[in-house]
Amino acid sequence: MKIKLFYFARLKETLKYSTEDLELGDAEGPWTVLKLKALLSKRGDVWGQMLMGKLKVRAAINHELVHDNATIANGDEVAFFPPVTGG
Amino acid sequence: MTVRVQTEDFDAGFEINQLRSARKDVGAVVSFIGQVRDVNEGDEVSQLTLEHYPGMTEKSLEAIITQAKTRWNIMDVLIIHRVGTLQPCDQIVLVAVSGSHRGEAFAACEFVMDYLKTEAPFWKKEATSSGERWVEAKSSDDDARERWNKTTE
Repeated sequence: MKIKLFYFARLKETLKYSTEDLELGDAEGPWTVLKLKALLSKRGDVWGQMLMGKLKVRAAINHELVHDNATIANGDEVAFFPPVTGG
Repeated sequence: MTVRVQTEDFDAGFEINQLRSARKDVGAVVSFIGQVRDVNEGDEVSQLTLEHYPGMTEKSLEAIITQAKTRWNIMDVLIIHRVGTLQPCDQIVLVAVSGSHRGEAFAACEFVMDYLKTEAPFWKKEATSSGERWVEAKSSDDDARERWNKTTE
């Protein structure tokens, strides 16, 4: 299945990615946020530090905040970002 | 409800007047303005850059207003939040709530700000004399939001 990924703030800056299209193997499914984080963490140390390290990371699927165990479906827009600091 | 995420400044007086005069049964308008400070964590701040998640940010602000309207008997809510590069003394955010009476408008305005600070996807980066840094989320903001889960008013 295909998903669209977005990164914001410190993650965008450190990973040097703002968005990407990603193909996830259907045979390895079901895909959760945690499983996607583990897959992306294999790209290198900095990915592991940003997504699975000490820093808090929040995730959204289709613009809704979700937990690590949320399931990702074909065509979903998934985003990773640090805790928010607006206002 | 009105939600605007914009780089441009806003005229709080104009916006509050619009909200106030929109209905003749409005008895109270409560508003909050957030401003860029020239200091944070003991360091001088010369500039603030705000990033957001287009699409999700607006939806999240609308969802916060919907929650506020469910909890309190209020009439309308306006949120304007700026993004991009801002200087000390610049306005960042305006929340204005209209209602029949002050009590519910005060509570709803504070609720909207507490939720905005912890749920709406905005991120601040500040420029100090020692370079740029991302502003860290504060646990006191989480505590401020959590108290709404404990009280009924």
